Amino acid sequence: MAGKYDVVTNERKFWLNFRRTVAYIGLTLMCILCLFFFYIMLINCTRSHNEIQRAGLAFLPSTSFISNFTAVATDANIPLMKGMLNSIIVSVGTVFCSVYFSAMTAYGCHVYDFKGRKFAFNFILLIMTIPTQVTALGFVDMMRSWGLLNSLIPLIVPAIAAPTVFFFMKQYMDSSLPIDIVEAARIDGANEYRTFNSIILPILKPAMAVQAIFTFVSSWNNYFTPNLLITKTEMKTLPIMVYMWRCKDYASISMGHIYMVITISILPVMIVYFCLSKFIIGGVTLGAVKG
Amino acid sequence: MKKRVLAALLASATVLSVVGCSNNTSGSDAGNSGNTSNTDSGSTGGNDSGSTGGNTEGGDTVTVPDDGKVLNIWCWNDEFQSRVKDFYPDYVDNGDGTGKIGDVLVKWTINPNKDNGYQIPLDAALQDQENVAADDRIDIFLIEADYADKYVNSEYSLPVSAVGITDADTAEMYEYTKVIATDANGDLKAVSWQAAPGLFAYKRSIAQKVLGTDDPDAVQEYVADWDKFEETAQTMKDNGYFMLSGYDDAYRTFSNNVSAPWVNDKNEIIIDENILKWVEQTKNFTDKGFNNKNGLWSDGWAADQGPDGKVFGFFYSTWGINFTLLGNSLATKVPDGMAQGSAEWLEHCTGNGAFGDYAVCYGPQTYYWGGTWLCASYMTDNASLVKDIMYQLTCNGEIMKSITTTPGVEDYTNNMAAMEEVANSDFKSDFLGGQNHIALFVENAKKIDMSNISKYDQGCNETFQAAMKDYFDGTVDYDTALENFYTNVITKYPALTKPAE
Amino acid sequence: MRVAASDVELAEKKHESDGEIPVKRKSISYAKWGYFFIAPFFIAYAIFSLWPLITTVYNSFFENYRIGLDQVGPNFIGFENYINFFTGAKGVPVWNLISNTVIMWLMGFIPQLAVSLLFAYWFTNKRMDLKCTSIFKSIIYMPNLIMASAFSLLMFSLFANTETAPINNMLLSIGATTEKIDFLANQWSARGIIAFMNFIMWFGNTTIMLMAAMLGVDESLVEAADIDGCTPNQIFWKITMPLIRPILVYVFITSLVGGLQMFDVPQVLTSGIGVPNGTTKTLIMFLNDNLYSKNYGAAGAISVILFIVCAAFSLIVYYFFTDRTLGGAKSFAAKKKKKGV
Repeated sequence: MAGKYDVVTNERKFWLNFRRTVAYIGLTLMCILCLFFFYIMLINCTRSHNEIQRAGLAFLPSTSFISNFTAVATDANIPLMKGMLNSIIVSVGTVFCSVYFSAMTAYGCHVYDFKGRKFAFNFILLIMTIPTQVTALGFVDMMRSWGLLNSLIPLIVPAIAAPTVFFFMKQYMDSSLPIDIVEAARIDGANEYRTFNSIILPILKPAMAVQAIFTFVSSWNNYFTPNLLITKTEMKTLPIMVYMWRCKDYASISMGHIYMVITISILPVMIVYFCLSKFIIGGVTLGAVKG
Repeated sequence: MKKRVLAALLASATVLSVVGCSNNTSGSDAGNSGNTSNTDSGSTGGNDSGSTGGNTEGGDTVTVPDDGKVLNIWCWNDEFQSRVKDFYPDYVDNGDGTGKIGDVLVKWTINPNKDNGYQIPLDAALQDQENVAADDRIDIFLIEADYADKYVNSEYSLPVSAVGITDADTAEMYEYTKVIATDANGDLKAVSWQAAPGLFAYKRSIAQKVLGTDDPDAVQEYVADWDKFEETAQTMKDNGYFMLSGYDDAYRTFSNNVSAPWVNDKNEIIIDENILKWVEQTKNFTDKGFNNKNGLWSDGWAADQGPDGKVFGFFYSTWGINFTLLGNSLATKVPDGMAQGSAEWLEHCTGNGAFGDYAVCYGPQTYYWGGTWLCASYMTDNASLVKDIMYQLTCNGEIMKSITTTPGVEDYTNNMAAMEEVANSDFKSDFLGGQNHIALFVENAKKIDMSNISKYDQGCNETFQAAMKDYFDGTVDYDTALENFYTNVITKYPALTKPAE
Repeated sequence: MRVAASDVELAEKKHESDGEIPVKRKSISYAKWGYFFIAPFFIAYAIFSLWPLITTVYNSFFENYRIGLDQVGPNFIGFENYINFFTGAKGVPVWNLISNTVIMWLMGFIPQLAVSLLFAYWFTNKRMDLKCTSIFKSIIYMPNLIMASAFSLLMFSLFANTETAPINNMLLSIGATTEKIDFLANQWSARGIIAFMNFIMWFGNTTIMLMAAMLGVDESLVEAADIDGCTPNQIFWKITMPLIRPILVYVFITSLVGGLQMFDVPQVLTSGIGVPNGTTKTLIMFLNDNLYSKNYGAAGAISVILFIVCAAFSLIVYYFFTDRTLGGAKSFAAKKKKKGV
């Protein structure tokens, strides 16, 4: 009996180890593929224009890192630090608006049984699928007539209505925000809004962190809307500046500079990502269980 | 009132040597007082510069104000800015992307060309000029030939005579640069410091090996017209070389020599015979393996210009030879911080890759490639300064000459006298194996005829080349490619139609 | 039998918690607070999106564009803008755009789903007990951080049409081809590159979503099945998959909606042209083309079409989410019951 069991376990063990090996190999390969692009980008930062254009790809660094960096960091027409600052303002503002107000909206739909609640929920689901480009022309015209061109406000404030963030928050609340907590807070005589801020928000932290990453990344990399709204150098965001490097004239264009500016503009988003990435692994889990 | 019809007021033709706006003469002072009102201020000396007259659209005359404290210049990259920095006498760089001329602050608005990123905001801004503060109004904006017509034939640009540029000032400019910038009323609306005549640049070593000579005059015989060009292409092919790098290399030589504009007066898109010839030739070349199937500006195209390139020649204009071709020809790059034209630079480049192995000849047809024009915005409030920038940087022969001869700049400038002078000097290009290529440019530049431009050129040319690429690649047949062209160009210009068969 | 029983319980439990929150648990007097909480969202939406959306729809019935700097229109032309798209009289026929978009989306989504499922399974499987999973998880999400335009630049140089470009160089040196290949001149390789980029950029995200779903699967079910002698394969297909169906459908729908909005990758990679022969031109790329002439009419019409297509899928989302427990776990439970008994 025991022997037979052993055979079975041994066989199982073999297959388990086999599958484990396959898994490690598969995961490692995909990770190498993912990192490959970052590696190439970094290498290209160290190469000159002609090297990149002529030889395509290289796996070893060259010698132009410092000159590429200096060129990118000191160009007075493309003030990278200013662009970085603008991008940070826009992205942080967007993250705050979309995460905070979406949590608020989701909370409203989750906890209160007001008239039209179902409609509100369905409406948001519907508008979740409308692409930005659809309303772009009208939006830009409106901003122009309000004198908000070359302002960061139209890049931030509309994020208050972020349907996908709302949707995620709502799902998260369904799975992990029992109504009892709200009721407990009420007994203490707390004002509803204060209850939300002081008791509910901390519970939502993991979900908010996840959406913060998603929103931050998409806002940070957004070229489409800022490009339609902003013409003044001092208000430009990083993606526009990357484009400015790509549109340099024949005498000053350099792929080395372009890769350098891309790399620099990815750094902050990497930092944010690594600070919050533990939530991606832990946080989504809770929120999305009920899908 | 959008139509601010203007007649020149400034007697600035008499103040050629005056630099900056602070020390202007009475003419511009009159402008100050006249300000934005369009009353009777067509005072006195105004029309001596008015050549064909700026007042074609209406009867009344308007003063171009001259009291602005900020000069706003719109462009798509920093090329013009560096010309201003280096060659405009009074420009002081503030180090933060702005500058100062006298007590006027110069602000640059640079929006990349890509995806219409320059024109869309520029159009919006031009149409919004009346609603913005005086200091935010555009004074000068830059345009390119491909879409020059759009701005030249609009009310948003001033005749250059309105700010005081005279016919005498522009007399030495190449005719084609003026044709491109002249509106339907015959007013010159924009001026350029560059002329960009094109030549055929070839590798001497390949010529020597295949044709038995690398002498530009002798090689010219082999490419003097398109029939000879094709014969030579066959010879190149037989010897293991390509004649051209890609499909679009020769496009401009055809599109610059069309017999009619892209669009007729019935708003129909007419594909010119000469453009069709390009299609025929390119397809033929592709099928026979005369070209290396590369796109302009692609990595492969750049590599073809390098030491290992198997391509005989490239159609290049002025700027392309000194920068792009030169840069691409080197085997080892120029170290950082080494100034082009310096002794150490020359030492580094000599014998480096294909440096010295190129030469230029006229090629089968004249054409030009590139160039930037300056327009004065209709709402400018810095008339005399705009005029002076235009004058110094496009009309002043001395400055033109120094732009051409300054190492690392070497624009071929838009001044016939100055260029003749360089052509007849002992100027020689080390990169071109000691050839004085300016002499060839001088010849070709005179023959360029751009009377058939239209405001649809940019969209039509781009779309046509893109559509035909599929045909050359063999992805689609000719009719489909044509159909794609019509579809895409009509998306860009909804008013146009495909001509009825 | 045990499996089936617990499964039904699970389904019921889910149904209860997912359904409408019973009214009795709430105090009526608080209901008005709901408006307070949702007000900012709806106000912001009405101002910044709804109004432009309405003007977009309104504009779609007009001829309204620029020639150079000159304005044409607006002239009311009814449905002409729409008719033009369906007949292809002006602009690319809308069917081509929809099929391009959907094909490229599917080409990326199918492998993405397969790989994500596998990875999510590996990450969550207790028996496999993989080490360093958080490093793997962090890395596979990283491509999503790169700007699509930057990523396109890299891909462009990898697949460039020269002998020295990496992919061509490799193919030439192993003798797979004798002549360099222009990958963007063939519709399937061009679409393949775009699909691959979408795959790389989004599979990490999908993996994490699916992983979350799998972690939600009741461990006791898996254990029970294991003890009953089910192979890992059987467990995956017969237990895990049906239970994560809701999330799968969610992933499917959100990815489809995202796919219909595909823009920047093909835009940058093909310089907005949609090479070759327009086979990589997506709906939004065409919308973008119409910005060239500030063609509010055509842009409006294409927007409305896109909106209708998207709204149709929203309805599916809606249907799915209102019916999710019944459609998902219950049918599985029923099936299981049959089998179990």
